[in-house]
Amino acid sequence: MTLVWFAIGLWILGWGANVALANGPARDTAAVRLAVPLIFGATLLGMWELIVRGLEVPSVILPPPSQIAGSFAANLGLLWGDFVQTILKGAVSGYVMGCGAAFVTALLVDRSDYLRRGLLPLGNFMAALPIVGTAPILVMWFGFGWQSKAAVVVLMVFFPMLVNTVAGLSDTSAMQRDQMRTYAATWGQTLTKLRLPAALPFIFNGLKISTTLALIGAIVAEFFGSPTLGLGFRISTSIGQLDLGMVWSAILVAALSGTAFYGLIALLERRMTFWHASVRGGR
Amino acid sequence: MTDAAANKGQAGQWPRWLRLPPVLGVVCVLIALWYVAVVPMNVKEVLTAAERAGAEISPPSAMERRDMGNWALVLRNPGALGESWSYDRPKLPAPHQVLVELYESTIDEELNGRRGLVRSGTLSNRSLIYHAGVTLNATLLGFVIGTLLGVTLAVGIVHSRVMDMSVMPWAIVSQTIPIVALAPMIIVVLYSIGVQGLIPKAVISAYLSFFPVVVGMVKGLRAPDGMQMDLMRTYNAPTSAVLWKLRLPSSIPYLFASLKIAIAASLVGAIVGELPVQKGGLGARMLAGSYYGQTAQIWAALLMAAALAALLVWATGWIERRMLRRMGMRT
Repeated sequence: MTLVWFAIGLWILGWGANVALANGPARDTAAVRLAVPLIFGATLLGMWELIVRGLEVPSVILPPPSQIAGSFAANLGLLWGDFVQTILKGAVSGYVMGCGAAFVTALLVDRSDYLRRGLLPLGNFMAALPIVGTAPILVMWFGFGWQSKAAVVVLMVFFPMLVNTVAGLSDTSAMQRDQMRTYAATWGQTLTKLRLPAALPFIFNGLKISTTLALIGAIVAEFFGSPTLGLGFRISTSIGQLDLGMVWSAILVAALSGTAFYGLIALLERRMTFWHASVRGGR
Repeated sequence: MTDAAANKGQAGQWPRWLRLPPVLGVVCVLIALWYVAVVPMNVKEVLTAAERAGAEISPPSAMERRDMGNWALVLRNPGALGESWSYDRPKLPAPHQVLVELYESTIDEELNGRRGLVRSGTLSNRSLIYHAGVTLNATLLGFVIGTLLGVTLAVGIVHSRVMDMSVMPWAIVSQTIPIVALAPMIIVVLYSIGVQGLIPKAVISAYLSFFPVVVGMVKGLRAPDGMQMDLMRTYNAPTSAVLWKLRLPSSIPYLFASLKIAIAASLVGAIVGELPVQKGGLGARMLAGSYYGQTAQIWAALLMAAALAALLVWATGWIERRMLRRMGMRT
């Protein structure tokens, strides 16, 4: 029980430090901006550890972080195999194919007003649908290997990406288009010099939404059938064995790769849309 | 997120009756493509069935056919493909087969089934209406929890600098995590401490739906401009009055934009949450269909889920229009 009191003390300490930092003189420096969320996260982790140990929660319900870390370190090889199978083979390949296909489709759609008016509402509708539901069908078609996971990912990322790209391509003002016309620019020149750069913020928005969707698709598809490795497989079998340390390790891998994937795209966005107001305006 | 982008792209200047034909045209083309795709997808099973019935098939052994491309088989056996659209256990059912399955598992099951509404007075547990109801319950409960949580967090974030700085980054990170990975664990863990049924699914729904609400509401609560905030200050209004009379009303359009995304996400959460527990719901139907090779059943459940999503998003939009009109904002 004393450990629980320690946890409460830790919370007060951590929150107090954050209050002091966030309202203190250095409140707008980059270091404080980074430190405050880190302190918050570390406080929560510490409380998790202390409360689980203090209340003696059985580890089949919630293992303490130290046990998860131990299990993670002990199974690095196994988890790396899962990472390659699910993330690199399933999610990333499907992501590239799906986003590429959506981009090409958007360019085609953009040339015809009829197609745009027909496909956009439909794409919007499809983007709101629970497309993960197609996972069992695609696993049936493409087998248990990574191909079926990539297929699910393609379907999941296609519509958000399509809708965003089409919206981005039409995000130029009449004045800008008129100017391109006075230059006698061809369709291709207008596209590469004006409309694609103007569409980049929208395209990156679609790409960022798609990173999460890609991982969700790849993992859920594994619940419907997979070879004997992969994050989804690991999670569902380890739950069967009540090996929650392993489950949390697999979740940790998924979380880390999800965050890294998203961060990579966000970094690319900052490099490529350096001219945009949201990037230039500081932060 | 996609919503805001899409509104811009949509041809807003077109009158409503002119917007429909292109959509219908594209839908017709897609359905036609579907019918065409059914032939090569099912060609091997169909040819085997035709061979058993005594027809001449051009590579006579099934072994040879297995290694051939689907289109090559279609071209070599144009006469034996009549069964393609009515085959019993197809890899890809034709649209009308899905519609028949949908009819049989909803209206027909309730009206004529032994356990249907007419004979037994309750919804049949074999009908999609019952399963959609199960999913809908979890979706709505999770949606309400997620929305309340999101609004509360947003109010805290707007009023407390500490919360803004410490919680907001983690809320963003939490969305880059493929949360459905947690779904089976949440269900098993909650089950082991005695919670089961609706709550575990609703928890997953809530997790998926809270984030759009947080982001939208933070933006909405900060929407009042400096002039309006200054006016409140000249009235010497307390923080609570600023919240109730200025911030909350001006955040309503932002709230509804996020709610439309949140309710769709919440449905996905409920369906994924139903996969590990076979206790009814559209997700359970899909998994059962995939175990027993009943493709038409999966497609029917998928169509039902699509209809449910459309209905939920439409209902949210309807409430939005009503509410904004009553509040005197343009619709």
